[in-house]
Amino acid sequence: MIFEVFRREREGQPLQHAGSVEAPDLRFAEAYAREQFGRRQESVALLLVPRDAAREVEDFPDEFDWKYRRVDGYSIKARLREARERAGSG
Amino acid sequence: MPGRAELLLPLADDELVLGWRDSEWTGVAPFLEEDVAFSSIAQNEIGHARALYELSVRGEGGGGEVDELALGRAAEEYRCAPLVTAALPEWEDTIARRILYELADALRIDALTGSDDAEVAGVARKIQREERYHWAHAEMWLERLLGDDEGRARLEAAVGRLWGATLGLLEPPLRPALEAEAARRFPFPLRGEPVERAAAPPGFEPLWEEMTAVRRLVPHGQW
Repeated sequence: MIFEVFRREREGQPLQHAGSVEAPDLRFAEAYAREQFGRRQESVALLLVPRDAAREVEDFPDEFDWKYRRVDGYSIKARLREARERAGSG
Repeated sequence: MPGRAELLLPLADDELVLGWRDSEWTGVAPFLEEDVAFSSIAQNEIGHARALYELSVRGEGGGGEVDELALGRAAEEYRCAPLVTAALPEWEDTIARRILYELADALRIDALTGSDDAEVAGVARKIQREERYHWAHAEMWLERLLGDDEGRARLEAAVGRLWGATLGLLEPPLRPALEAEAARRFPFPLRGEPVERAAAPPGFEPLWEEMTAVRRLVPHGQW
């Protein structure tokens, strides 16, 4: 079985994906995760999730160019250049 | 009361040599996760050896030094037990040795936590906190092997080969407790006379050659 391992680096920080371990059961997985992701004091907590228990979401359609929803918004570089050219020639 | 060195050197030598033997599996253990875990445990044992050598040197007035004690002695001066010196190229024997060593070692470390020497008791408690995870690793293997006929048969055979040497790891007063603990853990009878510590136990000479090769080449090199 494959177990996904999440680790918390310090108290108060979010869990982050650390990697995965292959193990015959949860108990082996715990021992292996402890040695792979905890032996250098790099984690204050580890969470193990059997990969089968995780739901994968993988289709993200973007048919109408929804980039205005992103924090970087519209690119205005091209329009700015056009405006500068117009101003320069005018 | 025996001096610190007399008390601690056999233990420190056991930890060093078992750490060395177990680290021979680095890169060739049956699968990657076990390789990392097994190597990490081996490294811990060498760390415990260092702590014990330091303690025994301090107790003697700081005359020697740790590296000298760990790697500078003649082969016949080491006090390690036959259980840890044996080269065990079969994984089932290696896992059986880990289980047996942890069972026995827990008893002597526990005894040391009650020492009148506060420093010895303190280091023993520190070692005990790490050994908890070593035991968790050994116990999961033990239970998994016992959970199936082939595993059980192979474990029984391997434990049978190592039982006498396991008894020899402990001083005679601690052996009845080990026998009781083993009877509780293993669903098969254990037979064998203790194999006692002696100079040059089986397998130690070539191991010593390898372990001390660099130090003998450059006796006081700094790295």
